[in-house]
Amino acid sequence: MKPDAGILFRRRLINRIMTGAFTFAVLVSLTVLAAILIKLIGSGGNIFHLSIFFKSTPAPGSAGGLFNAIVGSVMLIAVAIIFAVPVGILAGTFLAEYGKNSRFGQVVRFCNDIMLSAPSIIIGLFIYAVVVVPSGHFSGWAGALALCLIALPVIVRTTEDMLRLVPDTLREAAVAVGCPYWRMIVSIGWRSARPGIITGILLALARISGETAPLLFTALNNQFTTFSMNRPIASLPIVIFQFAMSPYRDWQQLAWAGALLITLTVLGLSVFARHILFVRSRHGNRS
Amino acid sequence: MEQTITGTMLAKDTVDVSAQTETRNRKSGRIAAGTRLEPGFKVIAASAAFLLVASMVAIFILLSHEALPVFRKFGLSFITGSSWNPVLDKYGALPAIAGTLITSVLAVLIGAPLALGVALFLNELCPFWLRPILSTTIELLAAVPSIIYGMWGLFVLVPLMSQVVQPALIDLLGPLPVIGFLFEGPPFGIGMFTASLILSVMVLPFIASVSLQAFATVPVALREAAYGTGASVWEVCRRIILPYTKNGIIGAIMLGLGRALGETMAVTFVIGNAHRLKASIFAPGTTISATLANEFTEATGAMYMHSLLALGLILFVITFIVLMITRIFLHSINRNLPL
Repeated sequence: MKPDAGILFRRRLINRIMTGAFTFAVLVSLTVLAAILIKLIGSGGNIFHLSIFFKSTPAPGSAGGLFNAIVGSVMLIAVAIIFAVPVGILAGTFLAEYGKNSRFGQVVRFCNDIMLSAPSIIIGLFIYAVVVVPSGHFSGWAGALALCLIALPVIVRTTEDMLRLVPDTLREAAVAVGCPYWRMIVSIGWRSARPGIITGILLALARISGETAPLLFTALNNQFTTFSMNRPIASLPIVIFQFAMSPYRDWQQLAWAGALLITLTVLGLSVFARHILFVRSRHGNRS
Repeated sequence: MEQTITGTMLAKDTVDVSAQTETRNRKSGRIAAGTRLEPGFKVIAASAAFLLVASMVAIFILLSHEALPVFRKFGLSFITGSSWNPVLDKYGALPAIAGTLITSVLAVLIGAPLALGVALFLNELCPFWLRPILSTTIELLAAVPSIIYGMWGLFVLVPLMSQVVQPALIDLLGPLPVIGFLFEGPPFGIGMFTASLILSVMVLPFIASVSLQAFATVPVALREAAYGTGASVWEVCRRIILPYTKNGIIGAIMLGLGRALGETMAVTFVIGNAHRLKASIFAPGTTISATLANEFTEATGAMYMHSLLALGLILFVITFIVLMITRIFLHSINRNLPL
C-alpha cells in the first residue's frame, strides 16, 4: 500500500512549522539576552573608566564615580555571606546526614523551599520590622541580615544536594574503621562535596549581588562613603535605582556604568560556579 | 547488589550506626574525645536547620501581627476596596492585588510557550555539542539581576512599545467587538503590558529548566519507539513527551508564576505606579511589590505603614499558595528545583 502523499505532506509541513517555532523561541531568548548586554555595554561602557572606582557619587551636574556604592555593596555582601555560609552548610548537612527522612527534616526542607522562592521584598519588610524599627534607624547591619536570609536557602539546598551525591559506601568505610559520625561528615562528606558546596556559595553570592528590593528599607542609601555598618550605607543596586529614575543625564550614565559592573560580576560568578561543577562531573565520568 | 542493600540500610538508620560506633569506641577507650563531640555536632547542625524554620514562621507571625490593625479597621474592604488614598488615610488594595495577578498571569501566558519551545528545542533538536552552551546561556537570563531588567525595560522597551508596538496593537485589536476594550487607550509605553513582557523573559529560564528536568524522566524506549514507527519530531513532542510530563510542566509553569508574583524592581521601573483599575492592559497600574518599593520609605502615619505591611502579608500568602501547588505537581522531581 502506498502512503497517502497528502497526509505525508501535511505531517511534514506541521513538523516544519512547529520545529521552526521551537527555534524561534530560542532565537527570541538569545536576542533578549544579547539586546540587554549590548545596551549595557553601549550605554555604560563609554564612561566605564577607572575614576568610577575612586570617586564618590556626585551631585547632579558634577563629575563623580561609584566608590561609596561599591564599598557599601562589598561590605554588605561580605557580612551577609560570612554569616550565611556556616549556617547554610550546617543546615544542609543536617538535612543530608541526620534528617533525611525525619519529620523535622521534612519541615526544614519545606521551609527552605518557601524561603528560596519567597519574594525578596518580603524579606526586606521582615528585617525592617525586626531590626530597623526597634533600633530606630536604617543600618548596614539590617541590609546585610536581609541579604543573609536570601543567600541562606541557596547554600542549604546545594549543600544538601551535593552531600547526597556522596556514595554511602564511602560513609560506611569511614564508620567501619571506627570514625565518629561527625568526623566522617567533615573528612569524607564535606571533602568530597567541596566543589558542589563552593558552587552553591558562588551562586548565593551572584544572587545577592544584584538584589535591590530587600535593601530599600534596610540599608537605605548614603551619599557619602562610610565604613560603619551601623549607619545607612550606599549599595550599587540602590544607587542604580535612584540614578536611573532621576532626570539627570550624568546620573543616568553613572547608573548604566554601575549596571554594567553588576551584570558582569553576576554573570561571571554564575558562569564560574557552573564551570566548577562541570569540570567535576567530567572528572567523575572519566574515573 | 550488596552495595544497594547496605546503602539503603545506612540511609534508614544513620543515627543508629553513629550510636553503635559510639558504644564501640567507648568500650575500646580510644578516640574518646572525637566521639564525645558527636552529640554536640548534631545539635549545632540541627539548630542551624531550626533557624530556617524559625525565620519563616517569624516572617509570617510578624507580618500578620503588623497587618492586624488594618483588617480590624477596614475589614475585608481592605482587599475588595479600590481606592488607595494616603491623604484621607483610606486604603483598598484591590488595584495592587489585581495588578499583581494580571501582570503575572499574562507574563506566564507569554513566557510559558516560549520556555516550552526552548526546552523542546534543547531536548529534541539541539546538536549534542551545543547543548551545554545553549542551556547555560538560557540560564544566564535567570542570573541577570532584576534591576537590570527594569532599567533595560524603561530605557529600551518602553520607547519601543509606545512608538511602535502599542500603536499598532491598538489600531489592530482596539476596534474588535468583544476583546477590544482590553487594548484601548493611549500608548504610554509604561504599564501592565510592558511589565508582563519583561516578567515573561524573567520567568522563561525557570520554566524551561524545570521542564527540561521533567523531559529527562521520559523513558528512552518510549521516545525511540515513536521515532521507530516514523513519527516526526513534533509528533514525538506532542504525543509522547508533553503528555508524559504533563504534571512537571504544570509545576514548572506554577513555579514561574510564583517568581513573577514577587518580582519587584523590574516591575517598579515600568508599571507606572497608578492605583487605578483599568480594563486596558496598556494602562499604567501597580503591583503589590511595586507599591511597597515606591511608597514604603515615604509612608508617614501608622495606618499607612500598617497597610503596606498588610500588602506584604497578602503577597506572602499568595506566593505561599502558588508554591504549595507547585510542590504538589513537582513531587517526582521536587529535589531538583532550580536556584
